[in-house]
Amino acid sequence: MMADDHDGTTSGEAAETAVEKHASSASPGVAVERADRIPNPGFPPERLRVTDTDPAKERAAERTVSGLFLLSVVGSVLAVVAYFAFPIVEGDPSTIRLNNLFLGLGITLGLLGIGIGAVHWSKALMHGHELVEERHGTRGSDETRAKAVEIFQAGNAESGFTRRSLVRNTLIGALVATPIPAIAIFRDLAPAEDPIALLKHTMWEEGVRLTRDPSGTPIKASEVTIGSAFHVIPEGLTELESHKLEEKAKAAVLLMRLPLDRLNEREDRQGWSYDGIVAYSKICTHVGCPVALYEQQTHHLLCPCHQSEFDVANHAEVIFGPAARPLPQLPITVDEEGYLVAKSDFTEPVGPSFWERAL
Amino acid sequence: MSNRIETQHTMASTSPAPARRSGRRHPLATAALLVVGLLATGGAYALATTSATAETTVANEQLVEDGGKLFAANCASCHGLQGAGTEAGPSVIGVGALAVDFQVGTGRMPMAASGPQAEVKPVQFTQEQIDAMGAWVASLAPGPAVPPERYLAGDGDAAIGAELFRINCAMCHNVAGAGGALTEGKYAPGLAGVDPVHVYGAMSTGPQNMPVFSDLNLTPEEKNDIITYLQYIEENPSVGGFDLGSLGPVSEGLFIWIFGLGGLVAVTIWLTAKSN
Repeated sequence: MMADDHDGTTSGEAAETAVEKHASSASPGVAVERADRIPNPGFPPERLRVTDTDPAKERAAERTVSGLFLLSVVGSVLAVVAYFAFPIVEGDPSTIRLNNLFLGLGITLGLLGIGIGAVHWSKALMHGHELVEERHGTRGSDETRAKAVEIFQAGNAESGFTRRSLVRNTLIGALVATPIPAIAIFRDLAPAEDPIALLKHTMWEEGVRLTRDPSGTPIKASEVTIGSAFHVIPEGLTELESHKLEEKAKAAVLLMRLPLDRLNEREDRQGWSYDGIVAYSKICTHVGCPVALYEQQTHHLLCPCHQSEFDVANHAEVIFGPAARPLPQLPITVDEEGYLVAKSDFTEPVGPSFWERAL
Repeated sequence: MSNRIETQHTMASTSPAPARRSGRRHPLATAALLVVGLLATGGAYALATTSATAETTVANEQLVEDGGKLFAANCASCHGLQGAGTEAGPSVIGVGALAVDFQVGTGRMPMAASGPQAEVKPVQFTQEQIDAMGAWVASLAPGPAVPPERYLAGDGDAAIGAELFRINCAMCHNVAGAGGALTEGKYAPGLAGVDPVHVYGAMSTGPQNMPVFSDLNLTPEEKNDIITYLQYIEENPSVGGFDLGSLGPVSEGLFIWIFGLGGLVAVTIWLTAKSN
């Protein structure tokens, strides 16, 4: 018994012809037969759809489905028309918006019309009877299996795969050798230098001027008025020919001037600031977002990603949020021309923790 | 307007110097001489042209006096009668006419109540009154003046302005100028529809917790570029369709979770439901 339906006839036979059937008892898929199992209650009585009982409704559904397909045609035509009617004009971004909007609407209509129409067709008009299709075994018949073995053996005999061992072994050798170039190529994706050393050093060193981002013009101490915040890159960064972004991502600094009486400096960092001007790494010690939301009255720096808060007046110690360490401070002074310069590189690695970072 | 205020600066900043050197001249001698000179020139000019230049200087002194009265009546309870500040409010000495124009011109001052930060509210004074108070505050000590119109025209380079905005402003004000939250109830306001002179004023004076971006950091031309960029993004609609307030993942995520996933659930129910 393969399937039941409410007409009482057996259906699904057509579907079964493609699969080999066993005359033997239960198939392996449903091998466990319990003697005390609950009898299958079968389907509830079929509820006929309006399209089954009312020919007018059936015709209406037919019209709806074909209407949806026609709508799809209209949408596809509309998409082509829109593509030419709303061309993208260079220098006018609003034309991109119109072009995308109408092109998208047309294509959407074209696809949705087919999809909704097909689903509505199958739900309202196609055969509505419920049926169960039982599982069947996947094992082929003994003749099929014997035939398959025969084909393999014939192939082996004709090609001599096992007999001509030199050919076979050289083929295996060739297959093993083909991926080797990929190993050589992809090995270069790893940093050529020791990445740990790269993480511990930035472009800053003694005498490097602090310059404005993005122009690269040097900053005089006298230009940094109280309450000011400057976004700073090291001198020479804009002239770098390679790895500019990597260097900027490590060396970015925020320069602020606080009233001297508000600045609380650590004993071991005396002389790292100049007349209330302090420079801190802009890279958050949590996961490396740029910390630049500076409040000039509270002297707090907020990281926009996870709300870590640093107190600039108090050597950038963490006062809120998930960051574990204060922002590294860049020791600064002025050169003889009055420009702000670094006294050295950062004294600790900037940015988030990494495995080899000494705490 | 700006010329008049610059005159005020000259008077305020140059007058003490001769007094220190000689001790003979009255501290206001230079200022008085300047006024007399201006009056004479203006009078002569007025004779020839019927223009009222001479009255301008007189009107300027009148403006400072009026401003002083307005300040005493409306601001002095917090900022002190001489503008030196009290426990309730900071000193306004040296903040310049531009700070007055920003704070009073956007309705932030006078403050209705103390809070995390002064809110924008309906402007309480006419532009003449604001200018008068600005002139009085500028007469206390030099400070940023209201910039000439050419730096507010929004005819600069929007691309340069956009880069400067992304580097200096976008972390607080959002890359599309939609504003954003700061700590403990403070926030960076949205910049749509803000008068260029107030954008300029905020950059130059650093109101409340905003850092100062003086002319030595961002030149007046660069400030004009930033104003140009802000006007550009306001006038040009988002190329990508609805910007959902330009708030980024918050509003976009909310939209896709509610309408995107909601739509998928609805389609799934429709697909599996039996037809009538």
